[in-house]
Amino acid sequence: MARTDYFATIGLEVHVQLKTASKMFCGCAVEYGAPPNSRTCPVCLGMPGALPVLNQGAIERTVLAGLLLGCTTPPISKWDRKNYYYPDMPKNYQISQFDLPLCLGGGVPLDHFAYPKDAQKAIANPGKVVKLTRIHLEEDVAKSTHHSSSSSIDFNRAGTPLMEIVSEPDIESPEEAFAYLNSLRQILVYGDLSDADMEKGQMRCDVNVSVRKRGQEKLGTKIELKNMNSMSNVRRALKYEIDRQITELEEGRSITQATWRWDDDLGETQMMRTKEDAHDYRYFPDPDLLPVETAAILTKVRTAVPELPHEKRERFVTAYQISDYDASVLASERALADYFETAADGAKAPKKVANWVINNLLSVLNEGSIPISDCPIPAEALRELVDTIEKGEISNNQGKEVFAVMIDSGQSPGEVIKEKGYEPPMNDTGELDAFIDQVIAENPKPVEDVKSGNVKSINFLTGQVMKLTKGKANPKVVSELIGKKLS
Amino acid sequence: MSLATHTIAELRRLLDAKEVEAKDIIDSVLDAAEKQDDRIGGYLSWDREKAYADAAQAPEGPLQGIPIAIKDLINVKGHPCGCASKILTNYVAPYDATSIVNLREAGGIPLGRANMDEFAMGSSNENSGIKPAHNPWDLERIPGGSSGGSAAVVAANEAIAALGSDTGGSIRQPAAFCGCVGLKPSYGRVSRFGLTAYASSLDQIGPLTKTVEDAAILLGAISGSDPNDSTCLDESVPDYRGSLEGSIAGKKLGLPKEYFTEGIDPAIRSAVEAAAKQFESLGAEIVDVSMPHTEQAMGVYYIIATAEASANLARFDGVRYGHRSPEASNLAEQYAKSRAEGFGHEVKLRILLGTYVLSSGYYDAYYLRAQKLRTLIRQDFTNAFEQVDALLTPVSPAPPFKIGEKASDPLAMYLADIYTTSANLAGICGLSLPCGFMTPKDGAREVPIGMQLLGAPFAESTILQLGHHYEQATDWHTKQPALG
Ligand SMILES: [Zn+2]
Repeated sequence: MARTDYFATIGLEVHVQLKTASKMFCGCAVEYGAPPNSRTCPVCLGMPGALPVLNQGAIERTVLAGLLLGCTTPPISKWDRKNYYYPDMPKNYQISQFDLPLCLGGGVPLDHFAYPKDAQKAIANPGKVVKLTRIHLEEDVAKSTHHSSSSSIDFNRAGTPLMEIVSEPDIESPEEAFAYLNSLRQILVYGDLSDADMEKGQMRCDVNVSVRKRGQEKLGTKIELKNMNSMSNVRRALKYEIDRQITELEEGRSITQATWRWDDDLGETQMMRTKEDAHDYRYFPDPDLLPVETAAILTKVRTAVPELPHEKRERFVTAYQISDYDASVLASERALADYFETAADGAKAPKKVANWVINNLLSVLNEGSIPISDCPIPAEALRELVDTIEKGEISNNQGKEVFAVMIDSGQSPGEVIKEKGYEPPMNDTGELDAFIDQVIAENPKPVEDVKSGNVKSINFLTGQVMKLTKGKANPKVVSELIGKKLS
Repeated sequence: MSLATHTIAELRRLLDAKEVEAKDIIDSVLDAAEKQDDRIGGYLSWDREKAYADAAQAPEGPLQGIPIAIKDLINVKGHPCGCASKILTNYVAPYDATSIVNLREAGGIPLGRANMDEFAMGSSNENSGIKPAHNPWDLERIPGGSSGGSAAVVAANEAIAALGSDTGGSIRQPAAFCGCVGLKPSYGRVSRFGLTAYASSLDQIGPLTKTVEDAAILLGAISGSDPNDSTCLDESVPDYRGSLEGSIAGKKLGLPKEYFTEGIDPAIRSAVEAAAKQFESLGAEIVDVSMPHTEQAMGVYYIIATAEASANLARFDGVRYGHRSPEASNLAEQYAKSRAEGFGHEVKLRILLGTYVLSSGYYDAYYLRAQKLRTLIRQDFTNAFEQVDALLTPVSPAPPFKIGEKASDPLAMYLADIYTTSANLAGICGLSLPCGFMTPKDGAREVPIGMQLLGAPFAESTILQLGHHYEQATDWHTKQPALG
């Protein structure tokens, strides 16, 4: 049987640290890099007698995530204790949500540009939306560090609000898994819900993957994969694991349900534990917390729903007449999209503004790793510059010079143009008439050529006018005037 | 007479008249404890110097200058808080419970750690991981539990009053056995923040005192909303003390027939029936009511309480605090050995039971079913309180037994809570107060009998008022144990 006769079924569980000032159940600050155990209190240390209190902001953010991803929020959502022993779990139970999570259903549209670059040309399911099962809110655990003969635990992270987004087994390839994570991340960042940086652990994912033969109805035995700390690692790990599972089946062995761990250095997956070691979490409702009534939260959060990246992209294409690719670049980040919109609104040529942002501004910013929020050129100033070029008041090349100075000094285009001595060209027809008449009189041959239909000679005559005016004339206007006079 | 025999109300007058000072009261209480507590076992520890220092800083308020004994599971910053368990040997509370913050704001002085059943699991105080406590009326007998130490020190005049906690009767039953007043407030009346949890949906902190008036004063002081406890009622506290005197004429008292069945000791039954007569003579009306789900309460209680406890006590693992076994060579062993060495037998039994009822495959049959029955039990009370202002019942079907007598029979022991667990399941309030004395068949010494007044959620004023009028008309509360 050929390896291509197999196909994979993949589901993802993504944990996302929410961007809140304080922890999920206490007032301790959420702060990275603080001295170990300095952001703790009796609640997040699980001291006797301490009680949790809900962080309203975390609930609102999760409900917003649900709205952005098309989920429904049940009228009542509740909190459950998930029981298991681990030293980084202060109470030895985690407060989570079992049967009434904050969000149900929904989906993540896989953005074309969210696929790995090398895979964008051959997307198997264009326009695919990966269905979600649920989103719930829980508390993060502490961070353990293992030494040769001991371990230390930093509880600063314990109790940080953590959103778990569970997908249906709806993903068919490592590339789709990559696109799923990338699209999801973009949406979460858009909603200002999380920075969702996998390398910083703000977004973590567990992957369930199984393979089966085409035509086989029953799902194959699933393997859970852990420890991938980037999107490309998820892709690599899945590629490796799907291949491994197919080899097992092809060679007549069976798959045992288990958890495997991705080793990035070796580039392979390794068995951690089998199903027999699986926990019985003994979920039950947390008596310390009242269920949440969601109606008022939904009403409040609905007013804060931002436009999503793909919605924005589609709007940019029609509103500003720019290409789908340009729109996707501009809509990839909310701050960049806002910058572009401010610059493009009211501009003479929004498409030109898009070109300036993508080709000039972004290359400078990327080179210096400057975020768009720290851009030295205000969006209004960029619009003014592009408009000035568009009006023909300075040439495109002069515009680039002006732009370079603006980046360094933060000056307005007007100031730079003045300093540089770029004088606005002669546009006034009355003023130009005399020069044009002189050139027509002095160049009978090209004038005849024009009259007999050789349009190219207009350029020659225009050049003569430019010479006479020492380059101050607006060549566009001059050409037009010559054409009119000789027609 | 020693100052320690006085009530809060009496001491308030003496303090305000500058006839005594807080230090005199502290000395009187601790002198009594030093003299006799080795026989009572009501205290696990006390700190005279800390009490003096606290007294010097106590703000003006109804409890200014009054020391209050604290059950060993309520956190008082800088004091031991071992829950009478070996697993918390040397554990010192890092913060004040909200009830203690409130107590201090009223001028009260936390003094002494009252003995208890380990982690509040028990009805006899025999499950203390440190030492048993004894009933001041008959030292061979149990003082009840789990707040056995709190009741014993109040009854033995080693304390003016005490705070206890009630999960299934743990304030009311020892109060009845020791002849003092015990109040279990409605769920949410007193903040649980800082109360080391046994069963979170049932636990409430409450006062054990010498009179109903003192219970009203102490409840008023410790109650109130708390942003640190989401289950605490966000409403102002009524003037419990001020409403004691109002007339009880025309009040309807229900006698639930399910509380007066075969199992009850005849002496207890007749004492409670006599109390009903007394209430009638005070102008109250006695009505028969039925609470059909009473019989289920015991089973429901032991499923819900142990399920919650199995999670609540998981944090005692030797990782961050408490006993850590020196024998362990890996993490799993550290958990297993620390807990095996630190917890007592009854605690282990209840953790196992709670783990079992939550386990996959058993959850629906036990935990879920118990929750459904809990709703029916609550409904019984809702129905009853549509007909009556309060219910009058016994506290315990039997008098306090002898220490060691039922140690091998946990089921017989659990029956001691048969009349008290329903109130916790329903979240209502209950007041236990003396209504007579009896000499048990197996003894020569008289022991107190308690009765229970049950009120609708947050109707503490009603039961305190009824109790106060009864107390004024009787003299049971004035009797003192002969400790020699
Ligand atoms: Zn904290």
